[in-house]
Amino acid sequence: MENQNIENIQFPKDLLDEVQRITSLFPEGKQKSALIRVLHIAQAHFGYLSAPVMDYVARLLLIQPIEVYEVATFYSMYDTQPVGKVKLEVCRTGPCMIEGAEKLVSYIENKLGIKDGETTEDGIFTLKTVECLGACGYAPMLQAGEKFHEHLTEEKVDVLIEQYRLNPVANYMGQE
Amino acid sequence: MSRKLLLNNVHVEGIHTYDVYRKNGGYAAVEKALKSMTPEEVVEEVKKSGLRGRGGAGFPTGMKWSFIAKPEGVPRHFLCNADESEPGTFKDRYLMEKIPHLLIEGMILSSFALGCEQSYIYIRGEYMYVLRILEKAIAEAYQNGWLGKNIKGSGFNLDLSVSPGAGAYICGEETAMIESLEGKRGNPRMKPPFPAIQGLWQRPTVVNNVETICAVVPIVNEGGEAYAGVGIGRSAGTKLISAGGNINKPGVYEIEMGITVEEFIYGDQYCGGIKNGKKLKACVPGGSSVPILPHYLVCKTAEGTDRLMSYESLAEGGFATGSMLGSGGFIVYDEDQCIVRNTWNFARFYHHESCGQCSPCREGTGWMEKVLHRLEYGHGKIEDIDLLWDIQRKIEGNTICPLGDAAAWPVAAAIRHFREEFEWHVKEPNACMTRNYGLVTEKIFEKVNA
Ligand SMILES: Cc1cc2nc3c(=O)[nH]c(=O)nc-3n(C[C@H](O)[C@H](O)[C@H](O)COP(=O)(O)O)c2cc1C
Ligand code: SF4
Ligand code: FES
Repeated sequence: MENQNIENIQFPKDLLDEVQRITSLFPEGKQKSALIRVLHIAQAHFGYLSAPVMDYVARLLLIQPIEVYEVATFYSMYDTQPVGKVKLEVCRTGPCMIEGAEKLVSYIENKLGIKDGETTEDGIFTLKTVECLGACGYAPMLQAGEKFHEHLTEEKVDVLIEQYRLNPVANYMGQE
Repeated sequence: MSRKLLLNNVHVEGIHTYDVYRKNGGYAAVEKALKSMTPEEVVEEVKKSGLRGRGGAGFPTGMKWSFIAKPEGVPRHFLCNADESEPGTFKDRYLMEKIPHLLIEGMILSSFALGCEQSYIYIRGEYMYVLRILEKAIAEAYQNGWLGKNIKGSGFNLDLSVSPGAGAYICGEETAMIESLEGKRGNPRMKPPFPAIQGLWQRPTVVNNVETICAVVPIVNEGGEAYAGVGIGRSAGTKLISAGGNINKPGVYEIEMGITVEEFIYGDQYCGGIKNGKKLKACVPGGSSVPILPHYLVCKTAEGTDRLMSYESLAEGGFATGSMLGSGGFIVYDEDQCIVRNTWNFARFYHHESCGQCSPCREGTGWMEKVLHRLEYGHGKIEDIDLLWDIQRKIEGNTICPLGDAAAWPVAAAIRHFREEFEWHVKEPNACMTRNYGLVTEKIFEKVNA
């Protein structure tokens, strides 16, 4: 996100409560187990996991910053660099590939004028190819925020890109 | 007619809610176990049922449960593996999304059997919306007294919650999953010690797959013997198969083990045959890690007998002419699909997912990807095929966790059965049929399997 001054990095009350709830699911002293989920929340809230955001999470969970960096760089869902408001994550693994995932990726690349891994100039879309998302029977598919878009066609992609362009909210927190 | 034990009520309106689930016989198994059975008796029924792990390896569940250490005063943990990242597999998502309370009921029964008071469901991060469905169902279960302190006056306490991953196939491996649940990178641990002795937070731990845990519900309801009577031989019960690829009706099917593969692929109540009237070229019957079978070994074994949907029959002939039931991720390829491209795609997947701890896996998967890429793109040499064979052999069995094997097997099987197609990629470098996004430039089906 644009401005990540250390002073700005602070969860609002509702998210702090959520962190509290998640931490309480683990035994006394095992609050580090909440880390992966808290990083998801931090990423959704701050846009990406910058070093100051990771340091903040470390302070919240009473662990060392390095313990957070290690995790944030291991898992593929975390972004440690800025990304667009809506990440379009297209599955490219075998079963999706044979149903035309590669063609779909090129279609989106051409449509948005970006390559895999890039973000549109207006900062709305990031395109990312990912591995099997457990939707192989409903291929080809992409995930945007938490939402699975399946049985995709070029027409369906046109519609969903238009929708996200008008209302660029990734479906993160509290949605179903 | 095929028996259903897990998905009988999947189409009942509102079955994902507590009220509807309960009205349709939900939580009866917990009631029965807490009122009239000891934990040991539940373990005994699971042993009798012959249930085997549905996560991939097929290890007998009852036996696994009997290995858990019970040191005095040390809490034990029961974990559900809902990481489901094996390409081709999407059955656990279906179960959790459609009937979340079935998993919760199975978690209560299993935790009771093992004497665990704090249990977790570890779910892949990409399934965040399913996590929210589960959390809602768990809250309903608490409200109705099936979770928490002194459940239904039995004296048994259980806390259950869901915890996400964040995108890492390796976290499906049970020790990597435990590391991840401790808030760390998903690096598999050396075994021994096994999780049954030192697992989550170094405490005795059992990990089971979503579907395995759900199967405990009918086992307790109807008895282990009744469950053992379904299916065939040592493949007891039913299995969820997630079918994808070039078939008419992709989706999740519950089959009684022992139906023929032919019925599964061509039967109207299952896959409904190959799409667009094409021919079957190959099949990966158990998720991307298991050996691919060429069309002549899919419905028949090398001996010429019918191939059945069971652990034994799919494995018949060993890796020379057989495969594995694996996770039930059933991928069907028609005559237009390129085996080299598919093998390259899977190799890239394993390279991407290797945690990097052991050199044979870290370096070998990357090397295989590279060699396969040049073969697929027409820059390969004939010697590359033997080179690939050599690399995969050096990975298999030489790594900390089985991801190395899982990366090696698909490559080995593709070369074993489709060597001519690899050679053809070298000899006619511009004729690959799928290089242009599924655009068929030439049919080599007959040539390959002549
Ligand atoms: C690389 C790798 C990935 C795995 N992924 C999964 C998975 O996504 N889901 C699963 O249930 N088991 C997975 N397994 C198997 C687990 O390690 C473990 O054996 C299983 O969860 C045990 O449950 P079960 O006995 O009920 O099958 C994986 C194993 C390996 C080596
Ligand atoms: S085999 Fe691969 S994934 Fe498994 S521990 Fe070794 S490097 Fe990691
Ligand atoms: S291969 Fe794309 S969702 Fe499984």
